[in-house]
Amino acid sequence: MKLLYFAWLRERIGVGSEEVSPPQGVDTVGALIEWLKTREPRYEAAFAQTAAIKVAVDQEQTDFDASIVGAREVALFPPVTGG
Amino acid sequence: MAVRVQEEDFDPTTELEALSVGRDDIGALVSFTGLVRGGDVSEMVLEHYPGMTEKALEEIEEEARKRWSLQGVTIIHRVGPLAPGARIVFVATASRHRAVAFEAAEFLMDFLKTRAPFWKKESTADGARWVDARETDDTAAARWALE
Repeated sequence: MKLLYFAWLRERIGVGSEEVSPPQGVDTVGALIEWLKTREPRYEAAFAQTAAIKVAVDQEQTDFDASIVGAREVALFPPVTGG
Repeated sequence: MAVRVQEEDFDPTTELEALSVGRDDIGALVSFTGLVRGGDVSEMVLEHYPGMTEKALEEIEEEARKRWSLQGVTIIHRVGPLAPGARIVFVATASRHRAVAFEAAEFLMDFLKTRAPFWKKESTADGARWVDARETDDTAAARWALE
């Protein structure tokens, strides 16, 4: 599964995208973030305040309860500030 | 194309002309152009999510067309580094009557600001900072759900 990070989340994690294979049982966005936090301190720091984080699964905005089973692309980012 | 994400500048006059040229079914053209505010900001960089951005803007256009009878819609958003005074965003609506064109243009901007995956980073003398999302933008977008 491809993970994408944008804006300050990208800067804190240090990469814009990466391929990951979450273990069995990690099947929602929320679980994915919890799993990422256990990998390295930089993830833990980046996801310390998850209230400020938005998510899109396969380019559709959704929430932390959404399933990631079979997803090709999960994007995590701060609230948008375009316009 | 009605929806464009691009690094290059655009010309509002040309875009408005393109919406209405050769047609006699349009009574109202409304446009909004957003510019980079200067002050202590020396540069602004617009980041986006290629692929999803275009999709999100197309969905916003589709939603506007569902709610109002529109003869034409244009949405342009620039990305990359932008200097103070530069154009960032443009929305234009064409309809038979002005009320619809005004309303739809405002809707497009309110939704674009809260739904389209763009992020602004400002450079100032004190360094660079990511722009915070504004609650007033969420409030502006939320009022359209009540109707």
